[in-house]
Amino acid sequence: MSIVIIGTFGAIMIAAAIFAIYSQNILSAIISAGVISLLASIIYILLAAPDVAMTEAAIGSGLTTVVFLLALRRIQVNQAEKEDGSAEEVIDD
Amino acid sequence: MIKKFFTIITVLLFALMVLPLLRQIAPFEELAPVAAAYAEQGPDQLGAANLVTSVIVTYRGLDTLGEVTVLFIATAGVGFLLRRDEEDQLPGDGVPRETPREASELLGSGSMLLFPLLMLFGVYIFLHGHLTPGGGFQGGVVIASAMLLLMLARVSFHLNHLIISLVESLSGFFYVAIGVLGLILAAGFLDNRILPLGEFGTLLSAGAIPIIYSLVGLKVGTELTNVLGTMRLTRTQQEEDV
Repeated sequence: MSIVIIGTFGAIMIAAAIFAIYSQNILSAIISAGVISLLASIIYILLAAPDVAMTEAAIGSGLTTVVFLLALRRIQVNQAEKEDGSAEEVIDD
Repeated sequence: MIKKFFTIITVLLFALMVLPLLRQIAPFEELAPVAAAYAEQGPDQLGAANLVTSVIVTYRGLDTLGEVTVLFIATAGVGFLLRRDEEDQLPGDGVPRETPREASELLGSGSMLLFPLLMLFGVYIFLHGHLTPGGGFQGGVVIASAMLLLMLARVSFHLNHLIISLVESLSGFFYVAIGVLGLILAAGFLDNRILPLGEFGTLLSAGAIPIIYSLVGLKVGTELTNVLGTMRLTRTQQEEDV
């Protein structure tokens, strides 16, 4: 039974990884990378490794996703500021 | 086109290279000699009910110290790079920026309810690291996520960097100090038998393991909180903060 679940989750993980690479939307790519870690942690529980599962769930799918999202927001804010600045320079000239 | 052809050739050659390894893979029927020795002697020698913890904290304690150091360097790097970003900012280029939106009622009330529970859970995880799955790293991350919840719910929330750096440095210092004590009082660096092993399976057992894991938990928790706190602020907010 568990081999079926592991196989299904593995297939979903591969699909999510390919989606994360080819997705044009960075937000969806980050979320799908988090999904990979979440499924990995469930597989670790099925393989009787609760310690690793806890680490993977907390760090892989929780903290890493949040750090990526924060970094994404910083990049977007910086880009918006840059675009604002260049637009103003044009007006000044 | 020819570029793609070369890529495929390279991948195929690489596959050919690792193919012999694939044939050698056999499922492990029994533990490797070192692992078997840990599994047999671990509970009697170190008195920790969770064998994984006794391997991480004591048998492979130096590796864990290395991991904590890696995390520390990563945190220092984040702090350093994002600070630079703020200093490069031109002063007073009065561009009006949007102020962050206040959190919704649901998030605000939910965080009030969940924050103490999350904190307690994080402390529970690293205090019981020698008894149940989990330990310093997992507990530290749970604490950091509790702090993240607080940061999300309250826009005006500011970290007290003095307390954070104090807790972080002191726990790192005492972690190494306990390791050196093991060198003097017991068999080697980070040996947990500097304290009595106690009764197997109780909270106050396994010698110094609960203390070491609590220090690791505090250190990881404060470091990750600091990373999240630094990354949360946009440049405008950092200026206001200073």
